[in-house]
Amino acid sequence: MPTSRRSPLLRLEVNDHVYELHAEVGTTLAEALRDDLALTGTKVACAEGHCGSCTVLVDGVPTLSCITLVHSVADAKVTTIEGLRDHQMVHAFVREDALQCGFCTPGQIVSAVALVGATPKPSTDEIRHAMAGNLCRCGAYPKIEEAIRTWQD
Amino acid sequence: MARLIRTEKEVEGRYEEVWLVVEEDVLEQWPAGAREIVGRPATRIDGLERARGEAVYTADLKLPGMLHTAVLRSPYAHARVARIDLAPALTMPGVHAAIGPGELDVLVEECGFHGAAIAAVCADTYAQARAALSRVEVDFEQLEVLIDPDEAVARGQLLGEPRVRERGDLDRGLAEADVVVMGEYTTQVVLHNSMETHQAVVQWLGDSLEVFISTQYIWGVRDEIASTLGLPGDKVRVVCNYMGGGFGSKNGADDYTFIAIELAKRTRRPVRCALTRREENLATGNRNATIQRLTIGARADGTLTALGGEYVNATGWGGWSSPVEGPMQMLYACENVKTTTWAAKINQPPMKAFRAPGFVEGTFGLESLLDVLAAKLDIDPLDLRRRNHAQHDGADGRPYSGKNLLECYRRAEPHWERRHEVRARSTGTVKRGVGMASQIWYGGGGPPSYAWVRVGSDGRAAVVTAMQDLGTGTRTAMAQIAAEELGIPLDHVTVSLGDSARGPFASISAGSSTTPSMGPAVRAAAADARRQIEEIAAQRGTPDAPLAEIVGLLEDAQILGKGGRGPNPTGMQVLTFGVQVAEVAVDIETGEVWVDRIAAVHDVGRVINPLGASSQIEGGIIQGIGHTLSEHRLHDPRTGQILTTSLDAYKLPTFADVPVIVSELIDEPDAQLTNLGSKGLGEPPIIPTAAAISNAIRDATGAEVHQLPISREEMLRALREAAAREKVGAPAGV
Repeated sequence: MPTSRRSPLLRLEVNDHVYELHAEVGTTLAEALRDDLALTGTKVACAEGHCGSCTVLVDGVPTLSCITLVHSVADAKVTTIEGLRDHQMVHAFVREDALQCGFCTPGQIVSAVALVGATPKPSTDEIRHAMAGNLCRCGAYPKIEEAIRTWQD
Repeated sequence: MARLIRTEKEVEGRYEEVWLVVEEDVLEQWPAGAREIVGRPATRIDGLERARGEAVYTADLKLPGMLHTAVLRSPYAHARVARIDLAPALTMPGVHAAIGPGELDVLVEECGFHGAAIAAVCADTYAQARAALSRVEVDFEQLEVLIDPDEAVARGQLLGEPRVRERGDLDRGLAEADVVVMGEYTTQVVLHNSMETHQAVVQWLGDSLEVFISTQYIWGVRDEIASTLGLPGDKVRVVCNYMGGGFGSKNGADDYTFIAIELAKRTRRPVRCALTRREENLATGNRNATIQRLTIGARADGTLTALGGEYVNATGWGGWSSPVEGPMQMLYACENVKTTTWAAKINQPPMKAFRAPGFVEGTFGLESLLDVLAAKLDIDPLDLRRRNHAQHDGADGRPYSGKNLLECYRRAEPHWERRHEVRARSTGTVKRGVGMASQIWYGGGGPPSYAWVRVGSDGRAAVVTAMQDLGTGTRTAMAQIAAEELGIPLDHVTVSLGDSARGPFASISAGSSTTPSMGPAVRAAAADARRQIEEIAAQRGTPDAPLAEIVGLLEDAQILGKGGRGPNPTGMQVLTFGVQVAEVAVDIETGEVWVDRIAAVHDVGRVINPLGASSQIEGGIIQGIGHTLSEHRLHDPRTGQILTTSLDAYKLPTFADVPVIVSELIDEPDAQLTNLGSKGLGEPPIIPTAAAISNAIRDATGAEVHQLPISREEMLRALREAAAREKVGAPAGV
C-alpha cells in the first residue's frame, strides 16, 4: 500500500492468538480487527460509539472497538465474537430467535457474555442495564433478553 | 400447459397490471393448522452463521485491489454548484479517480436537499478518499429554501397531481351526522437506520458487471442498472447473500451504486462505496412527515356517515406520495368518503418506503380521532369499531379474499378488559390507561416469482431462487415449505438465494410480500419434484416407498422441480387485518410516557413459522414505539439542514423502552389465496401501535395528543389543553 511513512509494529493478542501488524497511529481496534486480521465478525454500524455493534472484550470488559485506538490495547487480551463461537450464549441466541438481520448480533452476544461472566443469573433489570448500549433496529430485544435469561439451558 | 395471462399486481398499495406465464396450479391448500413442519416453530436455518459473525455481509466483502469511495454531499438544503475543481483531490496520496457533476446522473449541480451527492473520490483506503475529498474546491450559490409543506402546496410546488379519492357525498354524510368531530394530526420524519448502511461493492469482468449490494430486491437492482447502463440484464449479476436490515429503504440501486460502477469502470478495479451512518441519515430515504386534517361524522348509534381527510405528504425533493389516506379509505364501512392527498416538493431529503408507508401515519390520525368520537358518543371504542366493520372493500366494492378482523377483536377482548384494573392503579401524578387501534394493510404478494427445487440421491433438497433475505427469516420459511411438501426433515433442506445469476426471478422483499409471493412458488417447485419422485416409484412398482429410498437410486442423477407463483384471486381485495391494545402510564407532572404492555392480534392467513412470526411482531411494535415516543429527525426550520444524523441525536428504541409484548395470530389460511393461504407479516405490526398508545394516553389522562412523536412537550401541551377544557366545562372531544 503506497503510504509515505512506515507505521510502527504492533503486537496484538486476539482470541488467544498473538498477531503482529503495522498499524498507523489513529487506527481503531475495529479497523485492525476487520481490515488487517480479517476478523469481520465484529460489525461497525455507526463508527462513532453510539450503537454497540462493534463491541469486543478487552481484558474481559465490553469495549466499543470503533472508538478504541488499536495502540491503546497492545498489552491487553482482546476477545471477539470469533473467540466466542462455541459459547453457550451463541446457541441461546439461535434457540430463542434472538436475532433477525443479525448485523448487531455479534456485539449483542459479546455484551451478553460479559454480563453472564460477572452475573451468571442476571435479573431483567440487570440484563436491560448491561445491554442498554447495544442497539437492534429489528427489535429483537425481547428474545435477546430471553436468550440471556436462559443461556445455560 | 403454459398460459400467458394479464393480472394485477400490488406493492404497498400501488397497483399495476403485469403479464404472467402460469402453469396449471393443481395444488390444494393444506388443511388449516400446524403441519409436520409448516406452522411449527423453527429456529433460523442461518442463525448460527449470523450469530457467530461468520455470515459475510456486503460490509464485510473485500475484493483484491478494491478501492474505497468517499462522496461529497451538499451541506445546504438548496444550492447550485457554481464552481467545482476536482484536480486538487487527484494529487492526494492513494487517490485513483474523482468524478463530479455532469459525469454521472446521480451527481448533481442543483442540490435540492442537504445530502445530495455532488462528487466522489476513490482511493486505496477510505481514510485517503476522505482526505482527498476535503481538497475538492467547490463554491455554492445558495438558493431559496422551501421547507413548509403547506407553503409548497399553496405555491403548487408538488410531486405529481393531488390524489383525490371520493365515494358517495361527503357533504351529505356530514349533514346526516348527529355528531361531527374534527382534528389536525401531524407526524414527524422517521429514519430507517438499518444497522448495515447502504453500500455496494462492484467489479467489471470483461463487459459484465458484478454488484454486491445490501438490497431488498436483487432482481430490481439488476434491471435498474442494466437499463441505466444500456446493458443486457444477464450482463449484470447482483448478489446479496446476507443483509443488515432494510425496512423499505433498500429497494433500488441508488447513488452509491452508480458511483461505484463508474469509478470501477475508470480505475479497472473493484470499488466499494459505503455510506457512513451520518450519510445514511441524510440521503437514503425516510418516512416523510405528514399533516392530516380529518373530519368524521356519525349518527348517535355510532354509524359512520362521513369521513373526510386532507392530507399533506411532506415528501421531500423526490420520492412518491405515500397512501396516508389508505386507512380512512379502507378501514371502516362508510358510504361518504373523500380524501385529498398532496405531495409537497420541499428542500428535504426524498422519502422512501418505510414499513407500511402512509398507513402508520394515517392510522395514527384516523384511529385517534375515532376515539374522540367514541367519547363524544359515549360508546365503547371497541364497540364503535365493531359497529363500523366493513363487509367488503368500501372503495371499489370488491369482496375480501379473507377477513378475520372480528375474530381479532374477539381475541383482543381480554386485553381490552384489563383497562378497569389498569386505570385503578393510577396515582395522583402517574395516570394509567388502555387504548386500542385497528390495522388494515395489503400483504397479499403477487406474481411473478419462481423457484427451483433440486433433490439429490442423499435425500436432501436445495431450494434455488433469486430472492433475498433481508433479515426476516425468509430462508427458514422457504425451507419449511419445501420440507413439508417433500416430506423430509427441515435440516435436509438448504436454501440458495441472493444471486441474480443463480436462480430464477423472485419478487421484491417489500410490502409484506416475500412469503405470500415466494412461498407458493417454492411449494409448487417442491411439489413438482415430489410428483417426479412418485412417478419413478410407481414405475418401479413401489408407489408407497419413502422418498429417501427412491432418490437413493439416483447416484449423480437429480430430480429438478420448478414452480411459479400463480395469480391472486380475480376481483378480490387481498388484505391483512389486526388490532393492538396498549397500556401506558403518564406522569402528568413531567409529561413522561411509559408503554407497559402491548397485546397484538393479527390476521395474516396461514402462519409458516410461529417463532419467526412472533419476532416480526415484536420488532414491528418496538419500531412503532420508537416512532410514537422518541424518534424524530430534526431539521433547522430556517435553513433546512438536517440536525440529527448520528445515533446519539436520533433516538432509536433501546432495551429500556421495551414493554411486555403479547402476540397472537389467527392462523387461518386465506382459502382464496394461492396454494398456501399465507399473507405477509412484515408491516402489519407497526401500523396500529402509535394510535393504540395515543388512545391509551387519552384513556389515562383525558388529554388528546395530536402529533408524533409524543414528546414531553406535546404531552404537557395536551394535558394543559385537557385541563382548560375541563375548567370551561366543554364536553371532551371538542
